Amino acid sequence: MSSDGRVIPTPTPETQHYWDGAKIGELRLQSCNSCGKVYFPPRPFCPECGSRDVVVMKASGRGRLFSYVINHLPTPGFEPPFAIAVVELDEGPRLMSNIVGCPQTPEALKIDMPLEVTFETLNDEITLPQFKPAS
Amino acid sequence: MKRNATAIVGAAESTNMGKLPNMSQIQIHADSALNALADCGLTINDIDGVATAGHNAVELAHYMGITPTWVDGTSVGGCSFMLHVRHAAAAIEAGLCTTALITHGESGRHWIGRHGSPIFPSLFQMQFEQPYGVSRPPTMFTIPVMRYMADYGLTEEQLASVAVVQREWAGFHPRASFRDPITVDDVLGSKMICYPFRLLMCCLVTDGGGALIMTSAERAKDFPNKPVYIRGTGESAETPLISQMADFTSSQAFRVAGATAFENAGISHGDVDHLMIYDAFAHLPLYGLEDLGFVGRGEAGAFIADGNTRPGGQLPLNTNGGGLSYMHSGMYGMYALQEGVRQMRGTSPAQIKDAEISVVHGVGGMFAASGTIVMSNVT
Repeated sequence: MSSDGRVIPTPTPETQHYWDGAKIGELRLQSCNSCGKVYFPPRPFCPECGSRDVVVMKASGRGRLFSYVINHLPTPGFEPPFAIAVVELDEGPRLMSNIVGCPQTPEALKIDMPLEVTFETLNDEITLPQFKPAS
Repeated sequence: MKRNATAIVGAAESTNMGKLPNMSQIQIHADSALNALADCGLTINDIDGVATAGHNAVELAHYMGITPTWVDGTSVGGCSFMLHVRHAAAAIEAGLCTTALITHGESGRHWIGRHGSPIFPSLFQMQFEQPYGVSRPPTMFTIPVMRYMADYGLTEEQLASVAVVQREWAGFHPRASFRDPITVDDVLGSKMICYPFRLLMCCLVTDGGGALIMTSAERAKDFPNKPVYIRGTGESAETPLISQMADFTSSQAFRVAGATAFENAGISHGDVDHLMIYDAFAHLPLYGLEDLGFVGRGEAGAFIADGNTRPGGQLPLNTNGGGLSYMHSGMYGMYALQEGVRQMRGTSPAQIKDAEISVVHGVGGMFAASGTIVMSNVT
C-alpha cells in the first residue's frame, strides 16, 4: 500500500513477468502453444486446455472500452469521481483499468471507444498499465 | 439428489434486525438459532450437523454447545446458505447427520465481533483490480451493467423500476427496513454512488441473522410447521474477478446453478409460483430472470418495468422487498431463503395465494458464485 492508501500490487513468482514488462513499457499476455489461447491474468499453464507449454508475449496495447462505472465514493489515492473500466484487448483478454487523459463523464466515455495502453509509475518497483483514448 | 428427501422444519430470523449496537456477530448467530429451534420445538441436543458462512463453523458449534457429526464452513459470499441447504440435504440423505442447523449472523453495520470479509481474499484481485480503485461492492458489482445497457438497450429508468417494485413488496412487511413507496424519479434523484448506480439501487447495510433447521422428509411430518421440502438444488462458481466474468450480460454461475436445480426438481418455469433472486444491486434480478430462463436475453428490464413482478403480477419476485428494502447484512441469502420458507408455509405478510413451488436464487461475491434452491410444500 502506498502512503496515500492506494493498493500497490505485490507480484508472485507466477505474475512477475507481467510487472517486469510494465516497468519497461510493455503490456504482456501469455499464449498457449498447444491450443493457441491468449490469456490473462498470468499463470504458468493454459486455463483453456491445461497445457504447461505456454509463452509470454507482448500485447499490441490496443483495445476498446468494454464497460465501466464512474466511482463517486471516497477512495484512497484517487479523486472521485473517476472511472473504473474494463478494457477488451485486440488479442481478446480483458483487464481492469482507469481511463486517463479524458473527462470522467458519461459524455466522454463511450462504450466501445478505441483505447491504447499507457503506464503509470506507482513506485520504484511497480508500474501500472493504464488506458487512454487512442490517438 | 433425490427429490423431496429432506425438508426445512425450523426457520427464523434474529429477534431484531437493522441496527444491533449491543450484540456481537456470534450472538446474532445464536439468537437466530435459538429462534429456529423454538420454531420447530427442538432443543440444541437434537442438532448433530452445523453449517455457517463468514464465521468459523467450529466456533458456532462450540458456542451453541453442539457436538456435530457433520460440519460445513463453505463461505463463498451471500449465497453460501443456498449451498449449505444443498450440502445439508446431501448429508442427511447420506446419513452423515440427522438434523442440521444452518445459521447466518452478521454485524454488517456495527462490526461488533466481526473480522474482515466473509470471502477469502483473491491474490489476483489484489494485483489486477484493487490498484485501479475498486474497493467496496458498489465499485465492482456494477461494472458489467454499462455493457448490458449498450448491448440490450436497458435504460436507467428500467433499472430504477427494480427498486420501485421491490419497495412495494416491502410495504407488506412490518420487519422491512424501508417501507414507504418510492418512484422512479426518487431513485434516479438519489445520491450518485457509482454511475449509473444511485443510492436507492444499492442494498442496505444492516445487522441481523437467520437460521434454518433441516431433517429427513420422513421425520419432517412430525413437526409443528408445514414441512418445506427441498425439491431441487444447484450450485456453481465462476471467478472472484468481476473483470474476468466471461459474459458481462449473463452470469455463468447463475446459468449452471439454476439449470441444475430446475432439472433436479423436475420443474419448468410455468410451475414456479414464487421467486426470490438475491438483489445486492438493482441489476441482479435482471440477470437472474434471464439466466434462470424466465425471460429471454435482454428482456428483463422491460419485464420488471411493465409490472410483471409487482404485487398482483404474473411472477411475484422478491416479495420481502429484497436486499434493497427488507434488509442486507452483507450475506443476504439467508433472508431470501426465509421468505421462501414463509411463502411455502403460507405465513408471509405478502403471501402468494396457493403457492406450492418457490425458487430461491442466490449470488456470492460479485457474480463469483451461485446457489439455487427449489422448495415446495407438496411432494
